[in-house]
Amino acid sequence: MSEEQVTVAQIPDISLQFEGRVVKDTRAGYSGFIVGAEHLLDVVQTLRDELGFDYLSSVTGVDYLPEGKMEVVYHLYRSIGGPALVFKVQVPRDEAVVPSLYHIFKSADWQEREAWDLMGIRFVGHPDLRRILTWEGFAGHPLRKDWKEPYFEEETKPYKSRWPEGITGYIEDNNPYHDNLQYPAGFDPETWIPQAEEALYASAQKIGRDKELHTDTVVVNLGPQHPSTHGVFRMVAALDGEQVVFLKPVVGYLHRNHEKIGERNTYLQNMPFTDRLDYVSSMSNNFGYALAVEKLMGIKPPERADYIRVMMAELTRWMNHVFSFGFLWNDLGSYFTPMIYALEERELILDIFEAVSGSRMMCNYFRFGGVARDLPEGVLNKVKELVFERMPRQLDAIDKMLSTNEIVRNRCIGCGVLTAEQAINNGASGPNLRASGVPYDIRRADPYSIYDRLDFDVVVHYHGDVYDRYLTRLDEARQSNRILQQVVRDIPEGPIMTGKPAYQVRVPAGEAYGRVEAPKGELGFYIVSTGKPNPWRYHVRAPSFINLTSLEDMCRGGKIADVVLNLGAIDIVLGEVDR
Amino acid sequence: MTGKGFLSMLLGVFKRFVMTYVEDFRKGKKRYYTAEGIESRRKADVQGIFTIQYPEEKLPVPEEFRFLPFLVYEEGPNGEKDLRCTSCGICAKVCPPQCISIVRTNDPVTGKPVPQPKEFYIDVDICMNCGLCAEYCPFDAIKMDHDYELASYTRQGNIYDIERLSKPVSYYAGIRPTNYSAEEHARQEKEALKAAAKKPAATEGAG
Ligand code: SF4
Ligand code: SF4
Repeated sequence: MSEEQVTVAQIPDISLQFEGRVVKDTRAGYSGFIVGAEHLLDVVQTLRDELGFDYLSSVTGVDYLPEGKMEVVYHLYRSIGGPALVFKVQVPRDEAVVPSLYHIFKSADWQEREAWDLMGIRFVGHPDLRRILTWEGFAGHPLRKDWKEPYFEEETKPYKSRWPEGITGYIEDNNPYHDNLQYPAGFDPETWIPQAEEALYASAQKIGRDKELHTDTVVVNLGPQHPSTHGVFRMVAALDGEQVVFLKPVVGYLHRNHEKIGERNTYLQNMPFTDRLDYVSSMSNNFGYALAVEKLMGIKPPERADYIRVMMAELTRWMNHVFSFGFLWNDLGSYFTPMIYALEERELILDIFEAVSGSRMMCNYFRFGGVARDLPEGVLNKVKELVFERMPRQLDAIDKMLSTNEIVRNRCIGCGVLTAEQAINNGASGPNLRASGVPYDIRRADPYSIYDRLDFDVVVHYHGDVYDRYLTRLDEARQSNRILQQVVRDIPEGPIMTGKPAYQVRVPAGEAYGRVEAPKGELGFYIVSTGKPNPWRYHVRAPSFINLTSLEDMCRGGKIADVVLNLGAIDIVLGEVDR
Repeated sequence: MTGKGFLSMLLGVFKRFVMTYVEDFRKGKKRYYTAEGIESRRKADVQGIFTIQYPEEKLPVPEEFRFLPFLVYEEGPNGEKDLRCTSCGICAKVCPPQCISIVRTNDPVTGKPVPQPKEFYIDVDICMNCGLCAEYCPFDAIKMDHDYELASYTRQGNIYDIERLSKPVSYYAGIRPTNYSAEEHARQEKEALKAAAKKPAATEGAG
């Protein structure tokens, strides 16, 4: 295919090209295409190989209970930029079987497992379709609309029991187990054997067995409680000597079914819950969610609000990256002293967040059509002091301490290499993708808010190793600094909210996907509205979660000690991985 | 492989270490346990370690800081407590984890609702400190508190009732002066407008 045929800004009408196999999605408020399940693999293969849609960003399901349909929604991008090609596959609810895209896009791996786990959609051809976020003995598929949790009260909030005849009491008293648990019918915890777990160990053991020397591999569990895993996270690794030959992450220890909660909540009530996804960068999470709902509502925040939003998002990015340098030191074995240096810088930024939003970490600051409140007095000056003086200076100091440090260089250079093809295919995003030589940054590739007006460069490095990931973050923090300097210089006066603040927003029926370049990568919110006060579907495309798909590729062939480093360099937050 | 980079890192660490003592020396006794000292340790140009020695020292919280909600009451001349809350239920509806529950008062004679809560509970174990209740209460009746030291040995008693939640207006004005005066200002303006709107209507009616 010659180069001039690729037009980035336009989405081709694939219903013409694949006549009979693909039709347009004509439901009101919807866009994209509907692909017949039996043609999915062909169509996607062609889209990838001939039309250049090589980046499968999001796969998720929607349960259309009233119509008895289950829909799988795909968001496909070009890694050279441009808007999404959205297409869907519809299957009957009780026979929800869809071909797996695993062999075309590895990024489908975990996302399909998630859709199987939470929605009960079976992906044929997926080699490892185990539950991922809930435990093996979990009863049912929780995101199905007819599934109810042990503390079930009502389908949607607000619950009627709270007012005007408010009842109150400890919630566990309503539950026969006095516990937040629910077992499948006939389940006996005493005799139960976790089969998937056994299978996982067996497959780890199998690798590297019958070699000439007849050496055995050793299976090691790293985590779930381990200081190096940045939270509750487990990796099952098979080792040949010191070398990793197999590695599978096991996640879900922190799972709370954020999406189910989100579908019970009203639109506004979800805002503080998004803070708890990636709790290091709650402002960015707010941003993504606000964008998605605003897209549905068809409103735009006023100028000043946009500036404030970008200011907060960039402060978050800066702080997140500096934080990750602290962790890098930590993972390299320099225990906690340098980490505290990073925390110090973060503290000063959290002071600002606290002053504007009322909370250091759980900011809950964005509203649909603006932000919750204007910058209090003195905050802008404080930000100015930071962005013009302290932040650049501290970055230089970190640069000086780390970049030429022999220990850092020896450990990081050449460690955990991810090639550009792998990174794209695995759906890696954020600094992980850009460190592998793919200059893909949503702020430039598919601009939102005021980023098209701001002057900054997309950082890219080419070796795809841990060192380049570190450099990418360092340079990106510098670019954030540059953006911040422009923002504090140009921020206009004016209102901070479009329309009146309302606790019950009207969201027209339809679907929307809002995505931002969060510090960790592409953070997307897929929302389906039926016009009611609560979203019908609320899905989070979590960058930490999908970036972990690449972990095995990074670790295989390396030393076991480097696993810690690789994991740290992906920069995950378990609150977002497990949701 | 000269080790220069490594040494420069050590130098950086050493510099920080020294700076802490230099700052201590420069600021003297004032650096710790004084309001001024705490303030100087959160400035953008702070150097060395700037830990706050909690609990002996506490960071002053900004006005917008939020922790748990409380109900605001006006103090009557004889010390009676007049809650601003009208039991309209908006806060209970907007609360994301649904931890507010309100019993409305009904007039014993007519059975009609009276704008006054009979009971008001917040399960503070469940409260996620989001501040939405305070943000959307149309009567400025529920506000976010600054008190964050609430550790307790048991969960019992963590469902706060109306007694425990009520705090006087003066307390509110004390912790959030800017918000308070802005609200008062808005209220007075509204009342003035109302009064102004009434007058011409009255004269018109007379004419
Ligand atoms: S919103 Fe305000 S007035 Fe209404 S019930 Fe809540 S506290 Fe009372
Ligand atoms: S702060 Fe949030 S969670 Fe707590 S009572 Fe108010 S609305 Fe509910």
